[in-house]
Formats: sequence, structure tokens, C-alpha cells
Amino acid sequence: MRSRLLRSAVFAAVVLALPSFAADEPPKKNPFRRPAEKAKAAPVERPAQGFTDAPTAEQVKFFEAKIRPVLVEQCYKCHSSETEKVKAGLTLDTRDGLRRGGDTGPAIVPGNATKSLLIDVLTTKDEDRQMPPKKKLPDTVIADFKAWVTMGAPDPRDGAAKVVKNEIDIEKGRQFWAFQPLRKAGGRNQEPGVSQVDSYLQAGWAAKGLKPVPAADKVTLVRRMYLDLIGLPPTLEQVDAFVADQSPDAVSKLAEELLASAHFGERWGRHWLDVARYGESTGKAVNFNYPHAWRYRDYVIAAYNADKPFDQFVKEQLAGDLLLAKTDREKAEHVVATGFLALGTKNLNERNRLQFELDLVDEQIDAFSQAFLGLTAACARCHDHKFDPIPTKDYYALAGIFRSTETCYGTVRFAQANQPSSLISLPQGSSRSAIPEKLTAAERTRIEESIRDIQKKMQTSEPLQNIFNAAQLAIQRSRLSLYEDDGTPKLLAMGVREKFRPADSAVFNRGEVDKPGATVSRGVLQVVTTKQPKITRGSGRLELANWVASAENPLTARVYVNRVWLHLFGRGLVATPDNFGTTGQPPSNPALLDHLATWFIENGWSTKKLVKYLVTTRAYQLSTTFDAKNHEADPDNALAWRMTPGRLDAEVIHDAMLAVSGRLDRKAPVGSSVAAAGEGPSQRPRLGSAVASDPNDPHRAVYLPSVRDNLQESLALFDAADPNLIVGDRTNTTVPAQALFLLNNPFVIRQADATAAKLIDASSSDSERIRQAYRLIYGRTPSAKEQTNAESFVKKYSNKHSRRETWTAFSQALFGSAEFLMRN
Amino acid sequence: MFTRRELLQTTGSGFGFLAFSALAHHAAARDAAVNPLAPKATHFPAKAKRVLFLCMDGGPSHVDTFDSKPKLTADDGKSYSGGRGRFGGKLLGSPWKFPKQGQSGLPVSELFLEVGKHADELCLLNGMHTDIPNHPQAFLQMHCGLFQFPRPSLGAWVLYGLGTANENLPGFVTISPPTNNGGPANYGSNFLPAIYQGTRIGGGGGGFFGGGTNVSNIRNPRQSVTDQRAQLDFTQSLNKESLAKSGENPAVDGLIESYELAFRMQAELPKAIDVSRESKDTLALYGIGSGNGGGGFGGGLGGRRGGGTDGFGRQCLMARKLLEAGVRFVEITKGGWDQHRNLKEDLANNCEAIDRPIAGLLTDLKQRGLLKDTLVIWGGEFGRTPYAQGTDGRDHNSKGFTIWMAGGGVKGGHAHGRTDDYGHEAVEGKVHVHDWHATVLHLLGLDHEKLTYRHAGRDFRLTDVKGNVVKEIVA
Repeated sequence: MRSRLLRSAVFAAVVLALPSFAADEPPKKNPFRRPAEKAKAAPVERPAQGFTDAPTAEQVKFFEAKIRPVLVEQCYKCHSSETEKVKAGLTLDTRDGLRRGGDTGPAIVPGNATKSLLIDVLTTKDEDRQMPPKKKLPDTVIADFKAWVTMGAPDPRDGAAKVVKNEIDIEKGRQFWAFQPLRKAGGRNQEPGVSQVDSYLQAGWAAKGLKPVPAADKVTLVRRMYLDLIGLPPTLEQVDAFVADQSPDAVSKLAEELLASAHFGERWGRHWLDVARYGESTGKAVNFNYPHAWRYRDYVIAAYNADKPFDQFVKEQLAGDLLLAKTDREKAEHVVATGFLALGTKNLNERNRLQFELDLVDEQIDAFSQAFLGLTAACARCHDHKFDPIPTKDYYALAGIFRSTETCYGTVRFAQANQPSSLISLPQGSSRSAIPEKLTAAERTRIEESIRDIQKKMQTSEPLQNIFNAAQLAIQRSRLSLYEDDGTPKLLAMGVREKFRPADSAVFNRGEVDKPGATVSRGVLQVVTTKQPKITRGSGRLELANWVASAENPLTARVYVNRVWLHLFGRGLVATPDNFGTTGQPPSNPALLDHLATWFIENGWSTKKLVKYLVTTRAYQLSTTFDAKNHEADPDNALAWRMTPGRLDAEVIHDAMLAVSGRLDRKAPVGSSVAAAGEGPSQRPRLGSAVASDPNDPHRAVYLPSVRDNLQESLALFDAADPNLIVGDRTNTTVPAQALFLLNNPFVIRQADATAAKLIDASSSDSERIRQAYRLIYGRTPSAKEQTNAESFVKKYSNKHSRRETWTAFSQALFGSAEFLMRN
Repeated sequence: MFTRRELLQTTGSGFGFLAFSALAHHAAARDAAVNPLAPKATHFPAKAKRVLFLCMDGGPSHVDTFDSKPKLTADDGKSYSGGRGRFGGKLLGSPWKFPKQGQSGLPVSELFLEVGKHADELCLLNGMHTDIPNHPQAFLQMHCGLFQFPRPSLGAWVLYGLGTANENLPGFVTISPPTNNGGPANYGSNFLPAIYQGTRIGGGGGGFFGGGTNVSNIRNPRQSVTDQRAQLDFTQSLNKESLAKSGENPAVDGLIESYELAFRMQAELPKAIDVSRESKDTLALYGIGSGNGGGGFGGGLGGRRGGGTDGFGRQCLMARKLLEAGVRFVEITKGGWDQHRNLKEDLANNCEAIDRPIAGLLTDLKQRGLLKDTLVIWGGEFGRTPYAQGTDGRDHNSKGFTIWMAGGGVKGGHAHGRTDDYGHEAVEGKVHVHDWHATVLHLLGLDHEKLTYRHAGRDFRLTDVKGNVVKEIVA
């Protein structure tokens, strides 16, 4: 029963990797696959042991009379090398083919009919597996086959099987644009004062006959820069200062100023957290907390603020534990960085350890390959990648690296949570603690007593009640484990470390745990390297990290600069930022993409330099003005003939309201409410581990709890990244539930009310208050027409309402308007 | 060629909030899909126009309800080798009789004497099976097709395929869904535009929902409707000003439209779900006013007890009102079906809580002429074992269970497929969850292979790469 269950689980896992594809979607097949006709005859790969190699005349007669005719008649249609589409990789028209078996392994265990897959499929009652599929063979024929297998499957046929498997042609794969080395085009001819970027864009416009729209006005531009770089709107003074600065390098100076703000890391760190599928719980069925995940969040924010070179950022996240560190502080930072590999979703109620391990590794491969390389390598778990030049062998070469790595994520064991792990202790003093104080002796005694009480209760309780008791016990124990013996809070982190015995992984046929095949050496994706790194010691993670973070790897820089471009221009040069494979989109301006990647590497992989480089271009400073003619030629604005307008991100809406109302606490909090909730399920109040969500939390949204499948409403409603997924490009919806939020949610009303108080204090004249409101909320002054319109609303509304109510309604109307919610 | 705004105007009602990102990636769809919720043409003539899914969270026992097993009764107490063995593995005959009901003579357990009176409307799928005998996975698979991770839910696909018939209400409503077992994913739109996700009423923490409204943010805590309208008019004047400045801008168009629908929903949604003004007869028909049946949530540690019909009755009546008002897909979740123990008492209580309400619902739909094109579905994520767990319980069973459907173009008084003599495994007329999904879409006039959505470079469908329509049950 158990193994059948497992099989069906795994079977479905195969299915999920085989989604349906559109008939009209190129490519229909993997374009890198060698055509079948070219396949050469190959010798048997697996030694065929136990088979009767010199059949007696009697046995030959038996084969010719009883076996061969049945094979020809019943099996060859799908299982011969002559057939157009061989099913399950199994051919039965040669001895070698028969002995080699198919995708699911050997068909025959010589001498043992009951263990032979061939006999199993002939006899099974399972309609899905039964062979021949339409009609079961007569019992006498099945008996013949059993007898034949028992005698060692004597087979007089000569000739090697043709290998009909179509293999992926790696060399051909390397020709695909994304795998080509970066092209270092010589600088384009430039007009004076026109950046390289603009010059590449101009070439793109010229080719399509596009004319760029006019530049944005300064008030629009200053708001754009604040929102894009630090995720907060400018204050009145900040707008005035920029508008007043007539110097030619005003944009450059403002960019410098914003890049130096601690809020830059909060905004751009959030972009990376989207890609890193940062979440503070396991998600999936049981959804347990990750009370220590916040360290990774803080690490990312600090990395952006410190402008950590991106290649170093990559290495720390994949192999920080293996890098040299000069101080405890640095060591701790490196370890926390590997949290990237640990904080993915986990199916804690999986009982099978191997299945759990392979799923965990799969999640890591999926996350790292999409985040850093823009490739969906995880598709190659069960079969060669359907569209990209990634054979299954490459997947398991990577899997070997991650299977040689221990992933530490915590959680506790009870009921449906079967897979807890340890955490990593950081040296005392190396970083902050979410727990402000030592555990007092009294508090320790209290916890210990409650543990004893539960243990006592468990001796007399009913089994079902004890499931609950055991849960409480595990949670209480986890509370104690947060402290050293003397009560000092431990500094615990999620992350990875090396296993004692690194080892290569088997290829699991069709991704099924009970079908291990040949072992493959640990290594990296062939299509992106000509020289496999030598893995002599350890898991190979360091080698993997160095391969990813290399200037020679054409994907890493391309994928990253495209992400940066996307966040500034609203659309990537490659519109599918997490998929640079053949099912992704090709770059709209390939020369520009390569120029940026090269520039980025030459400038020390500096994100801040890149951001500054881009915002100082003419293209970034264009207005969002619509142009019908351009629109017709390039409706998606792929060539950036204008600035793409868009709705603010969920966090920005949240933070901007708090900033305007004056309630924003700009300091970063320590820890997170998930840390405060501790280990245990995130949504079970009775167990004390439920995550509290405070609607009055004044901090920036990046610090709000990120519980999987339970994001705060204000974030989830406005398309915040789903922490279950790697999200390079958020969706951008407009739905009535958002409108209801803006109309009725107490958070919005509170911010409007606080803004009203500010407006009332600011002036005694209504028309001046309107001016103030426009400047506070939109960053500009109203036109005469707008002033009149606003005055008439205020006048009418105040007939029936108090001054405070009127200005609250007025402020809320502005918060709910397109101008506040959009970034132009 | 129309401009977008002209199209918006011509689609009447100015009801055109947009899923911009989706559109941005589908140049061809951009003009066609101006209003993603407008009623859409089906692939072929539909038998059903709307769906009511009565979702039994926890896995109700089929061998005690809609899958009569005389041999199981006869062999009660005998040891059984087909089981997991963990719990003894003695066959447990159903303690309830299965009288033949209606002209069709379908055997329906005496736990459902009221529903049994509608036997001639019921189409039993006795050969259901699913992949995993575990709540979270099976529950997710029942809703989204896959058990590994969320995909768009059945209701979202239906809304995406058909649009809605009432512009003042959301097209997909889910009543008291559980927070566990995948929570919102079970009514989510996932990669479909968010506009297709279910609007939740009640639930959200295991509480009983008793006729009030707790749709998120549906009511302003301080403003009257008139004041809010005045304020909204001002907001919209600002938005129109923005639109005038920016020129064509679908994002602003969409914002304007979504405000109007949201505002209308505030007025209409609470009315549509308010059962307090219904006649005494109607209330009695649904069993409202006779004890709180509880909206317990199954999964995990056993079901909550509850016998009264009031709670579920209200939810059924509310569902009928929503369907009548033009909502495309309504789902009601009733938890507490996880009878690992205390089967005799808890299962009886559970069935009692829903028997009259469901019967009343079927009667009401019929008398209003709605049953013929409303597909009513009853079922849970899996069934239960024919062998006992302890002495008075049953374990999870994914290999065979029953879902029934009524109305909406299915054969009434009909049983399709069967399990083995004990009810352990489906052996004939097997219907996998994918097949069931394909069939539901088919009844709605949708071809499950053609109802696709392009996401991440691929065309996805509810049934993944599987699913066969069970043609035999189509009337």
C-alpha cells in the first residue's frame, strides 16, 4: 500500500513537470534534440548479468515458438526500433534492447519472474500499467513468459539495439542567444551628451520608425526617482530642492543622494526578496514558522545598502559558509546569506526521507537556476528539459552538489510535521538577536514545569488528545532551545553547511525515488560551460558559486542587469526575467542588453553604479505620454520610446500612505513578528505559535511578516510577490477588492485622518489646505481648475460634517486616486 | 478598429476592470478581452449555466452514505488484508441501511432520507478516485487539479471561461472556506488574472457564519453611503482628470471601473446574502431556525459535532440567492467529515446538519426552474476505508469514493461506476478528479482541453495533461 501510494505521488510529480503546451507556441519540441535518424547503434550500457547467454536448442525452440511471435504481434508496434515513436524507451526487437530495458529500468530480472517488470505489466490488474494496454494476454501465454524468464530469458537474436533515445545536442544548444558569450560591441557613435544606453535605444527606435516622447517635467521626475530608488514619495522640501536645482547634474546628484539613503536597501532588497522567494514559513500543507528567516531579509537589505558587488552577493548566498571570513561578524553574515537555500517551501508532512530530500534539493535547484541564471533547470528532474538544452544528467549533477549539502531550517516535529532540521548557531556578538532579554531563572522554571505537566498529562490522555499534547510539548521545548544554559539568547540562523560525506547522485528515472539509475558526477550545466569545474573536496557548492558568479558565465550578468532595467523602466529588455530559455522572450534590444551586462561587470558588479548609470539616461527621464503612432508599432513599449506607467507596488502604497500621514517609523525593527511567534504552525492560535499581524505596525512593509499563503491583506490585494514563487516581475491587477480596501479599510482611513490633522494644523484657509494636500500627496500644486473642483467638494462635504471628517474624506479621496496610486 | 475606450463604452455598463499584465502579454487578446468578466461564448452548447459546489471538507464516508455495500455489511468484523493494517483491518459494515429511493430505486443511506427523496435527480459517481489519501493534498487537488502546489481553482477557471451574468456581484463566491488545507489557494486565481478569484464570505478562522456579512472591507465603518458616493464622485473626478492628462491609459480606466463595481457590490452583495427577509416557509424548507449545525472545519483532529440544520441551511439559501442573482460559481464548505473515530455519532450528526438543507435547496431550485441549468455538486476530497480504525472509525481512502451531481444536464437517478464489493477501490467506471473536472467544464459548455491560459510561456489548463469527460452521465 505504502509503496503504491508513493508511486502515485511520484507519478503525479512527473505530470506536473509535463504541462500542456499550446499548439501555436514555438518551440513545440526541444530544438536542441538530435533527430532520431542520426542515432547510432550503441553497445549495451548496463552489464547484462544472469541472462542465459548460450541458449540450448530446446530454449531457442521455446523462444521461437512461444515468445518471439507474441513480441512481434503484441509489442513491436510500440516497442521496436523501427517504430516511429518508441514508448517508454523500451525496444523488444533485439536482445540488447530487451535486456537493457526502458525508462523505468530493466524489463527482466533473469530467473525471477515475480520481480520482472515485464511479467508484472502482463499480469497487473492496474489498467494504467497493464500491457498490452487494450487486452490482457491469455493466461497460457503469460505462463510461457514466466517460464521463459525463469530459465534466464534465453534469446538467440543477434545485433545491438539501436539507441532510439533522442539526446540533447549541447553544442547546438550553445548557439542559442542566451548561452552565447557577451558581445562586447564597440561603443556606438555618440552625439555628445548622449549615453551609450540612449544610443542603443535610438538605434532600436530608428529601425521601427519610433519617435521618443518629450522628457518628463521635473516634478514628475523627482517623484519617479524617489519611488523607484527608495520606495517613498518625496517630501515637499525634497520636491522644491530638486526643482530649484538648475544645474545640469541635478539628476545625478539626486541619484547619489537616494542611493546613499538607508531606504534604498529596503526598496531594492525587496526586489531581490521577490526573486529569492523570501518567506517566513514552510508553506504547503502544514505551514510552520521560520522564526529566523528575518536574518536573511536584513542581510539582503544591508547588502544593497553596502552595494555589495553582485558576484560576491551570489557567492555568499550559494556558498557563504565556505568563504573566508576575517571576523565573526563577517562569518555570521556569510552564513545568514546561505539562508537563500534554506528558506524555500517545504512539505513537512512528507514521511519518506528520501522523497523529502529530493524535493528539497529540487526546490533549491529551481530557485537558484531561475534567480541567478534565468533558467528553469528543475524541469529536467524527470526527463530531459522539454525546450532547453538541459539533460536530466545535468540536473542530477547539480542535485549531487545540493544532496551533499545539509540544509538547516528548523521547525519542530509533531503530528503532520515529520521533517525538522537543526539550525546554525552564530557566534555570540556577531549579530543582533530578536530576543531582547535573557531568560530569567523564573521563566525557565515556568517552561520546564509546563513541559513536565504536559508529559504527565500524556500518560493518561487518549491517543488523539495526545497528538495535541505532543505538539505543545514540542513547542515548549523549542522555546527553551532558544537560550544558552545561562539564559543568554542564542543567535540562530537558517542556512546550509557541508555534509560529512559528499557524494554524487544517482539519476532518478522519471524523478521517482524508487527508481535510482546510474550515478553522475557532480557538476554544472554543460550548455553554460566548456570546462566543468573540478570538484575535489566538499559538496562542490563553492565551485558552483564561482561558476555562477563568473564574468565568463553569460547568463548571470545578463539576467541581473535585466532585473535592474525592469525595476526602473517597468518592463525588462527580456520580458520574461526568470526565463531566458527558448520559451522565454528574446531581448528587445540584444546589443543594449549585452552592453549593460559588460558595463556592469567592468564596473565591479555594482548595483548602485548601474542604477545611477540608468537613471541618468535620457530614456529614464522621458515622460509617460501616450503616442498613438508609436503605440501601434510597439504596443508593449518594448523599445522604451516612453516611460512605462504603472501602479505602485503594494509596499509602496502602504509606505507612502504612512509617510504622508506622518506615522511612518523609518527605523528598521529588530526581528519580525514571526520570530516573536516562534516555532510551530503559523495559524493555530491554540498552540501559541500563530503569527500576530498588527494593523497599526508603523514600519515599512518590507518588515511585515511574510507568512506563506497568509500575506497581510494590504500587500496580498495589491499583488505583492507570492513567497511560494520566484517572482522577477509582479503581476499588476486592478480589481474591485482593491477599491473596497481603498474605500473602507481602517488602515486607509487612519492614514487619511492623520493627514487631515496635519492639513488642519498647516493653515486656516481651505484653499491653502488644498494646496498643501496636493503637494503632500501628489508632490505638486493644483491647477486652477483642480483647485476649484476641490474647493467645491470641501464646501459641500463640510456642510454636513466636521472639519476633521471633511479633510479626512478629502485626503482619502486623494489616496484613492490614480495620481497617488500610479507612478508616472 | 475600436479604441479601448470606445470598446468599453460599447460593452455597456462601463464594466471593464482589466487584468493589465495579462493583456500586456497578449497583444491579440488586448482588444477582445476588454471586459474580462463579460459573458463569453461557450465552446459548445451548455447544459448548465452555473455551479453550486457543496464541498465536504474532511472526506465523508462513501460506504455509509451513497455507496451501498451489502457484502461489507455481511462480512462485518472479518479481517481484511487489503488495508494498511495499521489499525487492525477488520471490515466495518455500515451501521445504516440503504433504502431504495425514488422511481430509479437508487440506494441512499438512511442518513440522507431527505436528500434521498430527490434520488431521481441524483447522479452518483461511485467510481471516484484521487491521488493522495491526505487532507491538504487531496483538498487542493479537488480544487486546483494538482496536489503539489496551487493552480487556479475550479471556480476561477469557470469564471474565466464563462464570465458573469451580474455586473453588481462577484462572479465566484466561496462561503466559509477553510484556512487550512491550502486555504485561499482553493479559491484563488493563481496565475489567472486576480479578477477571477473567489470572493470569500464567512469562514477565515473556523468560526460559524450565521447570516451576517463579513466580506472584507464591504462596509465603511464611518461614512454613510451618500457621503461615500459624494467622496467617490470627487475621487472619480480626479481620476478622469488624470486620464485626460495621460491620454489612453488602461490602468486608469480600470481603476475607475473597479471603483464603480466595488461601490455597487457594497449595496448589492449584503442584500444578496441576507436571508433575514425570506418567508417562514422558505426558512423552514432549508431547516433554518432549528439549531446551529456548526460550520466546523475538518482535517486534523476529528470533526466537530453538530446536529442542527440552521447554519448550513442559511448558507444554502444564501447560495441559492447568489446563483439566482447571476453569480456563476458558488461554493459552500462544510467541515467535520474526518471520522477516524466516533463514526456512528459524528457522521450521523453531520449528515443531519446538511440533509434537510440540501433537500430544501434542491426543492427550491426546482420550483424556481433553476435546477435544470444549475449544476449542484456534493462531495469531499476522498472517501473512507471499509475497514475499521479502532472500533468506530474509518481511515482515509483515496482509491474509491463518491461524488454526486444533480441538475445541470446530468442523468438523474443514475449511478455511474462502482467500487469493489467492500467499497475500497474503484473498479468500474473509474473517474479521477481530472475526469470529474473535465466533466464539470463539459456540462458548462467548455472543452477542458481548449480552456487554456498562457502563463510563463505555456498554455495551462485545469486538467493539466489529463482528464476525460464522463460522457455516460450527460443527460
